[in-house]
Amino acid sequence: MNLKDKKVVLHDMSLRDGMHAKRHQITVDQMVDIATGLDEAGMPLIEVTHGDGLGGTSVNYGFPAHSDEEYLGAVVPKMKNAKVSALLLPGIGTVDHLRMAKDLGVSTIRVATHCTEADVSEQHIGLAAKLEMDTVGFLMMAHMASPEKILEQAKLMESYGANCIYCTDSAGYMLPDEVSEKIGLLRAELNPTTEIGFHGHHNMGMAIANSLAAVDAGAVRIDGSVAGLGAGAGNTPLEVFVAVLERMGADHGIDLYKIMDVAEDRVVPLMDQPIRVDRDALTLGYAGVYSSFLLFAKRAEAKYGIQARDLLVELGRRGTVGGQEDMIEDLALTMAKEKGLI
Amino acid sequence: MSKKLKAAIIGPGNIGTDLLIKMFRSEWIEPVWMVGIDPESDGLKRAKEMGIKTTAEGVDGLLPHVIEDDIRVAFDATSAYVHAENSRKLNELGVIMVDLTPAAIGPYCVPPVNLKQHAKELEMNVNMVTCGGQATIPMVAAVSQVQPVEYGEIIATVSSRSAGPGTRKNIDEFTRTTAGAVEKVGGADKGKAIIIINPAEPPLIMRDTVHCLTKDTPDEAAITESVHNMIKEVQKYVPGYRLVNGPVFDGNRVSVFLEVEGLGDYLPKYAGNLDIMTAAGLRTAEMFAEEAANGTITLPARG
Repeated sequence: MNLKDKKVVLHDMSLRDGMHAKRHQITVDQMVDIATGLDEAGMPLIEVTHGDGLGGTSVNYGFPAHSDEEYLGAVVPKMKNAKVSALLLPGIGTVDHLRMAKDLGVSTIRVATHCTEADVSEQHIGLAAKLEMDTVGFLMMAHMASPEKILEQAKLMESYGANCIYCTDSAGYMLPDEVSEKIGLLRAELNPTTEIGFHGHHNMGMAIANSLAAVDAGAVRIDGSVAGLGAGAGNTPLEVFVAVLERMGADHGIDLYKIMDVAEDRVVPLMDQPIRVDRDALTLGYAGVYSSFLLFAKRAEAKYGIQARDLLVELGRRGTVGGQEDMIEDLALTMAKEKGLI
Repeated sequence: MSKKLKAAIIGPGNIGTDLLIKMFRSEWIEPVWMVGIDPESDGLKRAKEMGIKTTAEGVDGLLPHVIEDDIRVAFDATSAYVHAENSRKLNELGVIMVDLTPAAIGPYCVPPVNLKQHAKELEMNVNMVTCGGQATIPMVAAVSQVQPVEYGEIIATVSSRSAGPGTRKNIDEFTRTTAGAVEKVGGADKGKAIIIINPAEPPLIMRDTVHCLTKDTPDEAAITESVHNMIKEVQKYVPGYRLVNGPVFDGNRVSVFLEVEGLGDYLPKYAGNLDIMTAAGLRTAEMFAEEAANGTITLPARG
């Protein structure tokens, strides 16, 4: 694989996807500390919101330590060069949240839908584009649809006004060939001015390999997370990915030692648990389940005595998609009843 | 004289057709007109085949017949954009409007919670909220009828096949309207609504989760009884409305997990989200008819 001088724009997820791994309890001070470290290391884009995006605060996904307004209001003014992005899932957040984020200085809006339901994003992508924001369409759980279906949905988002389309491996299920095929088709068929992005999870240990495959197939934006802080077994660990890109001579613009230090000194100390491929995170990848289900399944195991692994496999079999966290407790109750545990 | 109220359905799409089939079984409502805008539409042809008068000229095509056919109630299954005009024109002629669009000009109506009150007050326009609202607000009300609810949250999961283009184009309207009705009708101080569209095949039956945070420690026995009673009330018009799990109590959190299977009249059974809208709309009109027959309300006079 030759990535010499290839342009790669990295996008840090630790303060958004990482919120899942912290049960949305990252403090404002911790966010500012990590974001300023990333800014100094040369990170061009940093995502900040509740793990489930703007308006994600809920019983279903968890109440955060602070509101999106508080986090964004604290982080955005501290950035010297980095731009701040916000995630928005139609059905959870609304255009009101989008306007709020824009007013607080967010420059990139990423509108996320399940990979077959892009048409729910029309009003949000349309508004973000109209506000002249960097507007990203984010197709989640992309392993659940064929490359042709992903392309069809990407074209919808492009037609609404998105200037960048992501193929998102929310379950950490994909292997490199699948990434190559999907990204390659998007690159070949979308408007040449539309950028392509890839968002990986490390549940099958494939995050670095998949991100490289994505770059090789034409993706410019790659999501990752410093120290891997993210849902499931975490996102592509950015300090590792930067070192790999450095060795390959790609054009990434990040100071390797500085990002290593942010990982080691600022992120790892605040982890509640090691971010690693434990048996439950591995099951997410193996069964193709949304990564943020991990801690919910572990809590259901503790409360109802049903193994998290069994819950996750069954949720995969049922075809649950991102946002269906409510089905975890529901399923645990049903399985516990069947086993006579309650 | 028949006690049945004569009705018109505006919008011969999936919802309108399902409503029509349900209406043929009703003891209180008699379908007379189906109103569309496209003479070639399948919906109008179907209605005609079922023996219903049809017009392809919109509500204006119905207006000259309202008095001679004694149309007393209309169901609007079109869109929020045209509802206001439809409602104004028909209200002027004394026709009660049941609004199945998200326009919400009139008060929200969730039958087992506040329909009686709307019927007694002879509200000339009632809005049926959203599918998620119809499925969940009875549960929020079941809890708030026992003790104060600080926060009510509902998560509605519908199959991709049952989420129509109107919902998709303006999904924010769903979250806003439903959250508002969780407060106004459900009785929660603050409401939140989430909708998830799931593309699994075969399509999943509508699922709904309701979380309430009570102000004080929940009275488990009283809430459990209230929830079970309310389930029975909804089952009167949606037999496939089922409690899957709960109520679960965790501190001040009360959670209820529901499944809504439709009758499969015209819409498939998994589309409980659409069925509960048509069933609730029809139930609403029936209550007006019952109250009129009992003499509790007097319908607008007609010469």
